[in-house]
Amino acid sequence: MKVHEYQAKEILARYGVPVQKGVLATSISGAVDAAKKLQAENGTNLFVVKAQVHAGGRGKGGGVKLAKSLQEVEEKAGAILGMMLKTPQTGPEGQKVRSVLIADAVDIEKEFYLGITLDRQKNMTVIMASTEGGVEIEKVAEETPDLILKEWVDPSIGLQGFQARRLAFGLGFEGEAFKKAVKFIMALYNAYEATDCSIAEINPLTLTKGGDVLAIDAKLNLDDNALYRHKDLAELRDVHEEDPLEFEASEFHLNYVKLDGNVGCMVNGAGLAMATMDIIKIAGGEPANFLDVGGGANPTTVEAGFRIILKDPSVKAILVNIFGGIVRCDRVAKGVVEAANKVQINIPLIVRLQGTNAEEGKQILDESGLKVETAIIFQEAADKVTKALAG
Amino acid sequence: MAILVDKNTRLVVQGFTGKEGSFHSEQMLEYGTPLIGGVTPGKGGDTHLGKPVFNTVSDAVSMEGANTSVIFVPPPFAADAILEAADAGIKTIVCITEGIPVNDMIPVYHYVKQKGAALIGPNCPGIFTPGQAKVGIMPAMIFSEGNVGVVSRSGTLTYEAVDQLTRQGLGQSTAVGIGGDPIIGSRFLDILKLFQADDATEAVVMIGEIGGTAEEEAAAYIRDYMNKPVFVFIAGRTAPPGRRMGHAGAIISGGKGTAADKFAALEEAGATIVLNPAAIGAAVAAHFSIA
Repeated sequence: MKVHEYQAKEILARYGVPVQKGVLATSISGAVDAAKKLQAENGTNLFVVKAQVHAGGRGKGGGVKLAKSLQEVEEKAGAILGMMLKTPQTGPEGQKVRSVLIADAVDIEKEFYLGITLDRQKNMTVIMASTEGGVEIEKVAEETPDLILKEWVDPSIGLQGFQARRLAFGLGFEGEAFKKAVKFIMALYNAYEATDCSIAEINPLTLTKGGDVLAIDAKLNLDDNALYRHKDLAELRDVHEEDPLEFEASEFHLNYVKLDGNVGCMVNGAGLAMATMDIIKIAGGEPANFLDVGGGANPTTVEAGFRIILKDPSVKAILVNIFGGIVRCDRVAKGVVEAANKVQINIPLIVRLQGTNAEEGKQILDESGLKVETAIIFQEAADKVTKALAG
Repeated sequence: MAILVDKNTRLVVQGFTGKEGSFHSEQMLEYGTPLIGGVTPGKGGDTHLGKPVFNTVSDAVSMEGANTSVIFVPPPFAADAILEAADAGIKTIVCITEGIPVNDMIPVYHYVKQKGAALIGPNCPGIFTPGQAKVGIMPAMIFSEGNVGVVSRSGTLTYEAVDQLTRQGLGQSTAVGIGGDPIIGSRFLDILKLFQADDATEAVVMIGEIGGTAEEEAAAYIRDYMNKPVFVFIAGRTAPPGRRMGHAGAIISGGKGTAADKFAALEEAGATIVLNPAAIGAAVAAHFSIA
């Protein structure tokens, strides 16, 4: 699960990670009040107005602006709030900005990168640091991997002080700032562990002119599987940031990802769902979605699946592909018939059922009176997709 | 012979008396799997499905000589269940449970390695050696005895591949679903090594998917050490970057883990690439009809 920058900073602050001061606002007047509050606290006259959307690359899309007075805060917040912010990580239509973080502008001496995630190769948590802060770390990793320092956390002992010192020295910290950097790294790791993050990224981590070590931006991704033990964090979910169809699907425990193609699909199992997307392409179409109904292919979920797929106007045909292992194909077939009778499907529907009771399932569909093409062999289903797209 | 499980397996089921555990234990027994009993803490001494229930895995080991375990306990308790099995000296641990937090799995992975056990999964369909043992949730009806090894990151796509092989008259030595999580106990590489050393396996079907670098790692092993033919399909050629495709591990991030990269590495290693997921069985059959 993704959280907003302001939420990430609140979480990190709880674990003693020094973060840039800021106040959230959802309106222009709220933004001015937020700036006044910061002004009252530390007499600042320099603010940053930051769009709060989940997508990265906000600055490039015009979602982060410097404001040199309360007047400018009002102007910049007015421009950003409600805008459709386009970044490389949003869709082409952009993401609507519903709130802004008014932050204290910081006098930056130097910028760094600090990130924590899982190293899937070593099955250990890895801490990555780089002097190339404020830029895309993927580019640094690609072009100059030597500039990324790494420390792996041995799970039997956890992150050790010497490792944090090695990173801080490696980044060139000295004196008091060095001590602050070590503390920062340890605190960030503690937050990562305690909240079950899958990614904690501070980019940039800054050394201020005043000698402080501060997180100017913060990105946290939380492990969905661990949210059951972090009820407070689970509440930070912002459904406005999710694709409405994907949100609706999740309400039915369907795993749906919207894509740009013309053939919708509904499949049991993630691997088979991806393989079905691939075969749609081979059959001459483009997959309109990924949709895994999991082990629960019953009338309710199948109906929800159809409704969600059909909301996408570019869908010209639907391929249902169920391999019945535990789930019996005759039951799935009955579910498809029941769902299809409730939902108006005016485009070609191809249903492929294979596995336990596949023949019975096919018979139920063939005799249902529905306009449905059935198949048992995977390739046969693909050929029927090709035919449907041609005709 | 076969790999990981066979007729000499002595299987204990963790989470034996629960809904999932009961359902699948019944299926495993029906297939003739050497299932010696199960573990449900607090129910030791009971009988379930005609088999003894133990309080601990150690009891199942000392009293019935259990050497393999399959785990059906819910995610919050699954990491503990794996650790218990490894501590009790179980050498093959199969964890079916889906949804275990990654931070729980990190110490588990290293502990199991240190104990010298093989962990399959979590979030996997299990292991199937036709005619000998069904350990997990794979449907028995699609399997047939033979000499093709199957290893896969996904569930139903494994069934698809096995079914295609059986329809071509090609039986399987063993099929292993290694799971789709970011941390899994055994990777392609580990299973390929076992298949390479197994007399009953003459060819291997490997079903990968986008995300991670396990397929690339497997490619290096195939290139350097394998003399058995390997047939590969990678799911997710049409998946966009940055989007998680169901499995927690199936995501193209930072431009890494694309199907194209994986296909390229495996082709370079000498594996036979199958681009159409409906043509996996046919590709293996074509090889055997020529050979």
